[in-house]
Order: sequence, then C-alpha cells, then structure tokens
Amino acid sequence: MSADRRDPREEQVRRMLDGPHPVLPPDLAAQAVRHGGRRLRLRRAVQRTAGWLLALVLVAFLIWIGVEQPWATEPAQVTPPLEGW
Amino acid sequence: MAERATHRDRLRALEFEAFVAGAGGRLLHTATLLTGEPSQPPGAYDRAEALLRAALARTYADWDRLHGGDPYDRARRELALRFAREARRHQRPRGGVLDRLTPIERLVLVLRTYEEVGEEQTAALLGLPADRIRAVCARAVATLRAAGPRRGVAGRGTGAAPAPRRTP
Repeated sequence: MSADRRDPREEQVRRMLDGPHPVLPPDLAAQAVRHGGRRLRLRRAVQRTAGWLLALVLVAFLIWIGVEQPWATEPAQVTPPLEGW
Repeated sequence: MAERATHRDRLRALEFEAFVAGAGGRLLHTATLLTGEPSQPPGAYDRAEALLRAALARTYADWDRLHGGDPYDRARRELALRFAREARRHQRPRGGVLDRLTPIERLVLVLRTYEEVGEEQTAALLGLPADRIRAVCARAVATLRAAGPRRGVAGRGTGAAPAPRRTP
C-alpha cells in the first residue's frame, strides 16, 4: 500500500521529520506504570463494588420474594352469600 | 487470590517496561513532532513528555485488554487522540521542525508521513473523511516545502529562536 506513494515530495518531508531523536527520560516507564496502575486499581474497585451491589440487590429480591410470595392470591375475607339451597 | 493478582501486576509491569524500552524513543520523537517542540536540548520537550506519559499510562491500564493486539498501535492511537483533544493548547510555535503548521496539520502529517499510517486508518482514527485527510496532508507538505529545507536541521543551535510565522 505504501509502495505506490513514494512521492519524492513526501520522501523529502519524511527525511525532514526523521531528525535527531530526543532522549527518553529513564523514569518515564515507571511513572506510566504508577499512573496507569492507579487507574487500573480504581477501575477494578469500581467493578468490584458494582458486582457486590448487584449481588446484594439480588439477594434482597430473593428474600423479599420468599417472604412475600406475591404470586399467591389473598384468601377471601368475605364469604359469598349462599343461594339456591 | 491477592497473591495471584500481584504476580500478574508484576508480569504486566515487566512486559510494559520492555515495550517502553523498545518503542519509547520513537514515540517520544513522534510526540515532539506533534507538540512542535525541538528534540535536541534534553529539557526542551516537556509537553511532549507529558503527552507521552499520559498516553503510556493509559496504555498500561488497558494492557490486559490488548488480547494480542499491537501495543505500539495502541500507544500511538492514544497519543494521537490525546493530542487531538488538547490541540488548542499546542498552537503556539515552540521552535520545532513543524512549528509553523497548525496542530491538526501536524497530527495528520506525522501520522501519514512519519508513522506511515494508511489514509483510511488515519481518517477512521480522527473521525474525518479520507479526502480531507489527503487535503490537509498535501497542504502541510506544501507549507513545509515552501518554507525550505533549511528548517530540516532546526532544533539545534538556532532552532531555539522562534522563526517568523508565515501567515497564508
């Protein structure tokens, strides 16, 4: 793909850009690990908290459904009048 | 459980440090081209360093989601997007090779010419149409060539003096 655009003008610009390289500060990787690690731990903590909250909500729902049994109909309070005996 | 997690953390940090040792120099050079700072006196590219540090931190945080992808691509992508987001802050000329270009021209030119990212990938990365990428790149090349190749050796000695900015 890059073979078809060996434009001499772009080639000249490429040479211009490929100048002397800067020196990499020796502690850059360590700093990135520190900052990225903080972000990673935060992300994990958020995920863990969300998981626990979800589990808690599920358990509460199951307990409520066991105690309340919302599918069961209420027993009738009033007996319908007996007719046609 | 916790022990296994720290073991994995250590392994990830080792892998990441090996990656930075190999690719960091080139990424930092790309960053200095983007910010328009000179690459020669070692203290002259603070902004590029800050940009790269933030991009690498994000790359490290996403390291486990790489799933066999190229970490260099990921880091470069992070660098480019972060630069595009804060492009406004990099408008002032700072004595680098590309400091007469606008931040977006610099970004497109560096991605296309120096990093040799394809036109379609650049367009997809920046969310611009491909013909716009082509136009911006051509304009940047024309501006650089009009300025003359003497700027090619900038960044050493006289490079620190701000060149008069040519307004089109």
